[in-house]
Amino acid sequence: MITAERKPLSEIKEMIAPYRKILVVGCGSCVAECASGGEKETGLLGSALRMDAKSSKKEIEVKEMTLDRQCVYEFINQLTDVIDQYDVVLSLGCGAGVQAVAGVFPKVHIVPALNTTFIGETKEAGLWVESCRACGDCKLGFFAAVCPVTRCAKGLFNGPCGGSRTDRCEVDPDVPCAWQLIVSRLEEMGRLDLLRKVHPPADWSKQQGKGPRKIHREDQST
Amino acid sequence: MKTDSQLKKVLNRGEFAVTAECGPPKGADPEAVRNKGRILKGYVDSVNVTDNQTGVVRLCSLAACALLKQEGLDPVLQMVTRDRNRIALQSDILGASALGIRNILCLSGDHQSFGNQPHSKGVFDIDSVQLVQAVRQMRDRGHIIGGDKLTEPPRLFIGAVANPFADPFKYRVARLATKVDAGAEFIQTQCIYNLNRFKEWMGLVKEYGLDNQVYILGGITPLKSARMAEYMAAQVAGMDIPVEIINRMKSVPAKEQRQEGIRIAVETIEALKEIEGVHGVHIMAIEWEDAVPQIVEEGKLFPRPEV
Ligand code: SF4
Ligand code: SF4
Repeated sequence: MITAERKPLSEIKEMIAPYRKILVVGCGSCVAECASGGEKETGLLGSALRMDAKSSKKEIEVKEMTLDRQCVYEFINQLTDVIDQYDVVLSLGCGAGVQAVAGVFPKVHIVPALNTTFIGETKEAGLWVESCRACGDCKLGFFAAVCPVTRCAKGLFNGPCGGSRTDRCEVDPDVPCAWQLIVSRLEEMGRLDLLRKVHPPADWSKQQGKGPRKIHREDQST
Repeated sequence: MKTDSQLKKVLNRGEFAVTAECGPPKGADPEAVRNKGRILKGYVDSVNVTDNQTGVVRLCSLAACALLKQEGLDPVLQMVTRDRNRIALQSDILGASALGIRNILCLSGDHQSFGNQPHSKGVFDIDSVQLVQAVRQMRDRGHIIGGDKLTEPPRLFIGAVANPFADPFKYRVARLATKVDAGAEFIQTQCIYNLNRFKEWMGLVKEYGLDNQVYILGGITPLKSARMAEYMAAQVAGMDIPVEIINRMKSVPAKEQRQEGIRIAVETIEALKEIEGVHGVHIMAIEWEDAVPQIVEEGKLFPRPEV
């Protein structure tokens, strides 16, 4: 999933300061799973803004709405009938959600309430960790399903740096050394042979593209 | 004859090689580099110049190598993959060769978060093994990554590093084999204080048959004080300083600790000379270059061979 964290209230308030009627739009997908932009968090942010306006004697109108997915047109379309009544949309979608809504309603000012952070997994309640940088050329098959691009602080493809001791990463002792994991997992699988090959330089054009990347599939087009 | 590296000549002749490290200044002062070169000249075969070590901005390795070359030394250009992408790395390799630099040491580099530019973007476009492979291809096949031909190949003796003290221990030798497969011709190791573990590692190196394929130079860092020993043991990634060494440093008064550090370094050199497959030493006297001549003399490695 895409993970995100809510911006501090002060930063949000600054962005919406010029406006009176605010539509707060959450998203029921990734950011709901990581408890930053789902229905519950959207409600909490709406209440916080109302309370804050009340205490500072400012008159605002806040309405909350949560879409199932903020990055897909069919769901964004639910905003069509209401959006004109508001001065600003405060989106709790990920960066893609914010831009998708903006793309559909070019005249409306849409501002983000979240900082989109990474593609990751839910490790335990309240803990999310990054596990993929969407490099566009997945090599997990060679590395016992431990991503060296993401989980090794130096993105090394051909073995650990000189700093790993007692299975911790030299850069952050709170993080396990990805290469220690790769080696011990391959050893358990009896596949250490996979490490004999020198991996050539990666093709980062698959990650950086020529600007934004796109996937276009004829078989899915209408 | 692909290169006229002094280091390569000494090693090829079967002599026990001596290299030392030189850290460039945190400023644009060429004299600082030249002075270090003058201290080392005659006592070492080649001098490594570090590349913004620990992520701290310093005068660049390439320029410092060129200055040392002017002083009549044989520089080893250290190159990390942290700061430059493959375009810049390959371009600098050509520039280095054009300036008469004949050795390169390929590393991934310390993470940028350790240095004085922690907000910079770590490049890591390629890793150290891929850099070794790239230099080897440039030199021996005359082409860069992707296959484009060079009008003139660079002439460089190619090195890499190994840490016998890092984990996972067993895999460390397999990693060395990968570097040799990629094209490394000499290896400089992490500082050796734990001789037993180093010997164990060398045993594995021999088992893999790597001692015949690559020159191994053991890393030596004289300890300046008991405090430095304790700090390094606790704080420096991938460093293994046994408690006996720390206690030995503590057992002498502060004023004599430098001498004790040098004695330990000399004893380590003597031990390394006896280990089969060790072809030389690399002395890293961090901001203490004047210790090198004494260590080389007391280690009975002076004078250096004329080749
Ligand atoms: S190799 Fe690429 S696609 Fe696969 S997990 Fe890592 S970053 Fe993601
Ligand atoms: S310690 Fe391990 S995870 Fe950290 S940078 Fe080195 S190899 Fe990568």
